[in-house]
Amino acid sequence: MPITQYLLLSAFLFCTGIYGVLARRNGVLVLMSIELMLNAVNINLVAFSARLSDAAGQVFALFVIAIAAAEVGVGLAIVLLIYRNRVAVNLDEIDLMKG
Amino acid sequence: MADKAWLIPLLPALSFFVILFFGKKLPKGGSESGILAVGTSFVLAVIVAAQWISQGEIVDQHLTWWTNGKVHITIGQHVDGLTAMMFVVVTFVSLMVHIYSTGYMHGDVRFTYFFAALSLFTSSMLFMVLADNLLQLMIGWELVGLCSFMLIGHWFEEKNNSSAALKAFFTTKFGDVGLMLGTITLFFAAGQTFHIETINRLALDHGISHGLLLAGALLLFLGVMGKSAQFPLHIWLPDAMAGPTPVSALIHAATMVVAGVYLVARAYGVFWEGFSIGHGGLNWMAFIAGITMIIAAALAFVQDDIKRVLAYSTVSQLGYMVAALSVGAWTAGVFHLFTHAFFKGLLFLGSGSVIHAVHSNNMSEMGGLKKYMPTTYWTFVIATLALAAVFPFAGFWSKDEIILGAVKNGYPYIVVLGLIGAFMTAAYMGRCVFLTFHGEYRGHGHPHESPRSMTVPLVLMAIPSALIGLINMPGVEKFTDWVRFEVPGLRTPFEIPEHKFNPGLALLSLAIAVAGLLVAAMVFYWKNAPAKGAWTRVPAFRALNTFLVEKYYLDHIFVGGVVGSIKGPIARAAYWVNQNVIDGVVNAVGVGTKAVGRFTYDVIDQKGVDGVVNGIGIGASETGGVLRLVQSGRVQQYALMLFAAVGLLGLALILFT
Repeated sequence: MPITQYLLLSAFLFCTGIYGVLARRNGVLVLMSIELMLNAVNINLVAFSARLSDAAGQVFALFVIAIAAAEVGVGLAIVLLIYRNRVAVNLDEIDLMKG
Repeated sequence: MADKAWLIPLLPALSFFVILFFGKKLPKGGSESGILAVGTSFVLAVIVAAQWISQGEIVDQHLTWWTNGKVHITIGQHVDGLTAMMFVVVTFVSLMVHIYSTGYMHGDVRFTYFFAALSLFTSSMLFMVLADNLLQLMIGWELVGLCSFMLIGHWFEEKNNSSAALKAFFTTKFGDVGLMLGTITLFFAAGQTFHIETINRLALDHGISHGLLLAGALLLFLGVMGKSAQFPLHIWLPDAMAGPTPVSALIHAATMVVAGVYLVARAYGVFWEGFSIGHGGLNWMAFIAGITMIIAAALAFVQDDIKRVLAYSTVSQLGYMVAALSVGAWTAGVFHLFTHAFFKGLLFLGSGSVIHAVHSNNMSEMGGLKKYMPTTYWTFVIATLALAAVFPFAGFWSKDEIILGAVKNGYPYIVVLGLIGAFMTAAYMGRCVFLTFHGEYRGHGHPHESPRSMTVPLVLMAIPSALIGLINMPGVEKFTDWVRFEVPGLRTPFEIPEHKFNPGLALLSLAIAVAGLLVAAMVFYWKNAPAKGAWTRVPAFRALNTFLVEKYYLDHIFVGGVVGSIKGPIARAAYWVNQNVIDGVVNAVGVGTKAVGRFTYDVIDQKGVDGVVNGIGIGASETGGVLRLVQSGRVQQYALMLFAAVGLLGLALILFT
C-alpha cells in the first residue's frame, strides 16, 4: 500500500483539527480537535515507521498517546474550572488577558 | 574476624536508629539498646584485638564509594594495633559510661535523646578510628564534633549551656578548616588519593616534597589543635563541662578529644617528615604542646568547679600526648592516650558521683565526703594517683616513657616542661582530692553514696586505671609490641630501637609527683602546716591566683583585644580619618561635581539625553498601541496566528529550496 494514502488521511485529520481549534467556540470541542491533530501526527509516525522498518516511530507514537492523555486531563480540568466560574465554556468570551 | 571490624561501628549506629524511632516505647527508655550494642561492640573489639595480637596482620580493605574520572572515593577499614587499641578503649569507656548514665541521668527530661546521642557518638568515633582514608576520617571527625555539640548543650534551656555548646562547635570548626585544607593538600601531593597508608609511605619514602608535607602537617595540626584542645584553641574544653558529667567522661576526656592525637599518630609519616621530628631541636608541634602542658596545669590550680579542674587537667594531658608524638616517641604518646582514657574517664565519673550526691559542681560546697562515699573516694584516689604518675599506677609508666623519649631524641625543653608539668599535675590533683573528700563538709543536705549502676562502672574503671600500665613495664613491654606504627614493606625511621627503662629518671619523676602531692597536702590538708592557707595569704600568690582565675585573660584578649580594639581606638581613628581626610576630599569633589553636574543637567541631560529617551519612549508607546490590538486575549486568535505563521514558513520552505 503506498504511503501517500496514509499521508492524505493524516493531512485530512490534521486540517479538520485545525478547523476545529480555530472555529469552534466550545472549549471541550477545541480540546477534542487538538486530539485529532495529535492523532494525525501519530498516523504519520506509524506510517513512516512501517515503511522504514524502524520501530522508533511507533515508540514515539506511544509516547504521544501517553502525553496526549495527560494533556487532555489538564485541559479538561481547566475547562471544568472555567465552567464553574462562568457557567459557560465559550472561548471567545474568555479574554481576561486582553492587552 | 578482623575483616569484619566494620561491624563494630555499625552496631551502635543501628542502636542510634532503634533508640531514635522506638526509644520512648522501650521499657528502659532506649538505654538497653545502647548498652546491648556497645557491649557487643566491646566483645567484638576484644576479639579483634586478640586476633591482632596473635596474628599481627594488617587488614586494609575498601569499597569504591563513587568514581569521578580517575579519582576513586573509597570507604574502607584499616585495622592494625592502633585501631584495635582504640576500639577497645572507646567501646570499654563507652560501655561504662552507658551503664553509669542509667543511674546519673535517671529521670532526666531527655533521657532517650541522651542515649541516642551517646550511641551516635560511639558509632562515629569508631567509624573515624576504622577509617583507611582521610576523607572517611574527616566524616567521622565531624560527626563526633556534632555529637559533642548536641551533648554539651543537652540542657539547652540554660543560656550558658547552649553558649558553651556553640563555643565548642565554633572553636573546633575553626581548626577543622585546617584539617580540610590539609586533607586537600595531601590529596594532591600524594597523587590524588586519600589513602592514609599510601600518604604515609610516600611521605616517609620522600615521594612528596618537604614543603608540601610541612604545609599539610601544619594545616592538619590546626585541626588537631581544635579537636585536642591545644593552646590557644583549648578555650572550648573547660566550657564544654556544661554537658552532663558522663558526657564529659566519654567525649571530653577519654575519646573525642584524643581524636586529634589519634590523627597525628595515624598519619605520623606526614608529621614526622613535615616537622622534621627526627632532627631534634624545636618544632611547631612540640612548641604548642609544651605551652599547653604547663598553662593548662596552672589553670587547673585555681578552679573551684571540680569538673573544670579535670577539664584543664585533660588539656594538659593532651599536651603530653602531643608532646610525645612531637618528639618522636610514638609508642609513648599512644600509650599515654590509652592509660589516660581509663583514669581520666574514671575521674570524671567519680566527680559525677560526687556532684550527684551534693548537687553542686563547686568544691567549696564539698569536703569531707570520704566517709559518706567510700567507693567513690577510693576509686577517685586510684585515678588521682594514676594521673599524678605515682608508681605503680597506669600514668606512671606512660608519662615516664614520654619523658624518656624526649631525653633520647634531644628535646631537653620538653623534658623540663614535662617534669614541671608532672609536679603541677600531682599538686592540683592533690588539692582536688583534699578539698572534695577531706576536711569538713561545707555543702547542704546529706550526701549519700551513689546507686550501684554508678559505683559498679567506677570499680570496673579503677581496675585498668591501676593496673593497665603494667603491660608496658620493663621486662614485659607488650604494648610496644602490640601497638606499633607500621607501613608494610617500609622501615619506619622512628621505631624506638632500644626502649630501656631508666631507673634514675623514673625515680626522679616519682619523687616529683610525691613532692607535688605533699605540697598540696601542706597547703590544703594538714591543719598545722605552716603553708596552710598560703595560697590566699601571700599577696604574690593572690595576684597569681587572679591572673589564673581569669584564664590568662585569654577570653578577654579574644573578645576585648580583637573585638574591643576594633570597637575602641581603631574605630575612633577611623572616625577621625573619616571626618577630616575623607570628608575633605569628598567635599572638594562634591563642589566640582556640582558644577559639572549643573552643566550636564542643563545641556546634555535635558536636551540631548531626554530627547533621545522621550523619543524612544514615544516610539515604544506608539508601537505598543498598535501591537496591543494583536493581544486580544482570545486563544483562538493566537492559534490562528500560530498556524498562519507555520503555513507561511512552510510556504517559504517550499518556494525557496
